[in-house]
Amino acid sequence: MEIKEFIEKFAEAIEVEEVEILNAETEFRELDEWSSLSIMMLIAMMDEEYEKQVGDKEIKACQTIQDLYGITLS
Amino acid sequence: MAVLEFENIGISAMSGAVPKTVINNYEYTKHFPVEQVKEVVDKIGIYERRFVDSSTCASDLCFAAAEKLIEDNQIDKNEIDLIVFISQTPDYRMPATSLLLQDRLGLSNKTIAFDINLGCSAFIYGLSVVYGFMQNKNIRKALILDGETRSKVYSPKDRQSAFIFGDAGVVALIERNEKFGKSYFSLNSDGSRSDLIMIKGGGYRCPSSLETLEEKVVDEYGNIRSDEHGYMKGGDVFNFVIREVPKDLKFLMKYAEMDKDEFDYYVFHQANNFINSYIAKKLKLDSTKIPATIHKYGNTSSVSVPLTIISELKEQFTTPKKVLLSAFGVGMTWATGVINLDNCAISEIVEI
Repeated sequence: MEIKEFIEKFAEAIEVEEVEILNAETEFRELDEWSSLSIMMLIAMMDEEYEKQVGDKEIKACQTIQDLYGITLS
Repeated sequence: MAVLEFENIGISAMSGAVPKTVINNYEYTKHFPVEQVKEVVDKIGIYERRFVDSSTCASDLCFAAAEKLIEDNQIDKNEIDLIVFISQTPDYRMPATSLLLQDRLGLSNKTIAFDINLGCSAFIYGLSVVYGFMQNKNIRKALILDGETRSKVYSPKDRQSAFIFGDAGVVALIERNEKFGKSYFSLNSDGSRSDLIMIKGGGYRCPSSLETLEEKVVDEYGNIRSDEHGYMKGGDVFNFVIREVPKDLKFLMKYAEMDKDEFDYYVFHQANNFINSYIAKKLKLDSTKIPATIHKYGNTSSVSVPLTIISELKEQFTTPKKVLLSAFGVGMTWATGVINLDNCAISEIVEI
């Protein structure tokens, strides 16, 4: 349930129009919309929605959307 | 808790100079595909910047601005007792650039002159330093000369910084007058984050060598730079800024016993559009009170706060205005200022 919500927020943050193409196993770096700027958008989303402090290192360690979601649970 | 408080000292005139060469960011496509450039430019909201030519330095921009300010305000040069040059792109490693400017401006040998090397927050740091000097009545007038040629610092082949930075110089005349009332500055530092924004090569820890000059691919995006170029860990900088800057703004407003709505303007360092809108949203600031120049001058480091006042608020000080200043950057350092601007004479921006 909650990862679904996270995926929607992720899609909004990095401007993926079709949320349906995303799932927990999606490797987010492979998305057409992903760029080095997306990191900033993602950090803002994590701060705003989950009050989580995330830096470059934490994001670098993630491969899938599930990994990113893991940060919000820690 | 380093808050500095001053009374009856303020900025009575300002002027600015920018290079005449306009860089259209959508056309800055030598190293990247047009589509990719468009995507980056749309996201960061930086459409134009100004670049100096290879023979022009930050001090040349400041010199042009200073001559304009002195002429427009009929300043007697003999009354200028202090000049401070703020920059991280000086003419030489030594001597300090302020000395070269003292001579070029024809100021007396009794002038106090020194440089401040700090980064994006340096104009606010510099104001507090000069306000401190101005408490001594023997100093009649002081000039802050703040200039940067960031175009010479970053690799055009590194997306993280290639589209962001621009060149400019400003001058602020500081005087004593009761109309200025109280001003407050909060200055901060966190050297544990010194590696977030850095030019590694060319100092004495890591002197210039064939190795520092070598261009390398530095990340999974294929960005290319050498150790003589500046780099920025954008995500970490952003994470730091959205946490510390709003806290410091709130802290200083509380110290000064002012509500956010009492301010006429909030002038932020022009890092990128996204950071400033995020801070404004977080603090629920009225966005119509936040002037911006990021779209036309880019990030000019320490120059961006005064340049934004000069460019966007030129006609606004016929009645007194309360202005909140905020800047952050390399170091990391971050600073907040509460100042009054009353009849501040702002000159037309000079193009050189």
